[in-house]
Amino acid sequence: MRDSKPIMLVEDDTVDAMTVKRALKDLKVTNPLVRAGNGEEALTYLRDDNNVKPCVILLDLNMPKMNGIEFLKVAKADEKLRRIPAIVLTTSKDDQDRIQTFQFNVAGFIVKPVDYIKFVEAMKIINLYWTLSELPNSEQESTNANVQTDTACRR
Amino acid sequence: MRILKPILLVEDDVVDASTVKQALQDLRVRNPVVHKTDGEEAIEYLREETNQKPALILLDLNMPKISGIELLQMIRPDLQLQHIPVVVLTVSKYEQDKVDTFDLGVAGYVIKAVDYDAFLRAMDIVIQYWAWNGCVEKERVVENARL
Repeated sequence: MRDSKPIMLVEDDTVDAMTVKRALKDLKVTNPLVRAGNGEEALTYLRDDNNVKPCVILLDLNMPKMNGIEFLKVAKADEKLRRIPAIVLTTSKDDQDRIQTFQFNVAGFIVKPVDYIKFVEAMKIINLYWTLSELPNSEQESTNANVQTDTACRR
Repeated sequence: MRILKPILLVEDDVVDASTVKQALQDLRVRNPVVHKTDGEEAIEYLREETNQKPALILLDLNMPKISGIELLQMIRPDLQLQHIPVVVLTVSKYEQDKVDTFDLGVAGYVIKAVDYDAFLRAMDIVIQYWAWNGCVEKERVVENARL
């Protein structure tokens, strides 16, 4: 990834989380991986000022307590968190999930391939893209604070 | 063969626009490209109900009439448009532009390389990423296709 900040993985399934970790290791991605088991845990981490904000969030959708869409509703309405790119990594091929998450301004919606080799290919492209793309400074104030429409609260 | 949604390119500079179009052609992107030269033309296109909504928007920032950031400010509250991913393609390295565009929910911010080969490599990554997202399709190269 572009900077050395952690990558946050929000995933309840231990096996899936291990697969992501293994793929990043195989791709020699050096960013530390911070894992949260659901949206609630992710928000607790993200809102703790002692923690370094991640460069990107890899987000599962189906999780207990607070699922991926519920997490996006909160995170994308939070001025301090909404700029962090969130990429949905899911097994859901549901077009409704896709449209709904893009309405919350996710920065990607990738259906996880079951095959490990294909999964590594997907992770490779995610890594290349988020190394190429510039990332915003999470501390700097935005000048659109007054005009930003809080899409999450509109529905 | 299913009809592919277009890629909307919003770029005022004629040379830059043709470079992007050339790169998409060289990368064998099958989606049609709709080119609008400023934010005003783009929002008119996007709001016209008879036009197919694009799969992806490639957005320049510095443009006359309605700038890239102003266009994003119009797209985000619009329930018909807010789900369309927007990737910024710009020469601006200005931190405030990155902060403001990510604040308005862009899905990438790519600084345009001057050298065509470097630009093509960057666009290859962009296209592969959005192909994985199901937004873009590339032509499949079939070996020995004539046999």
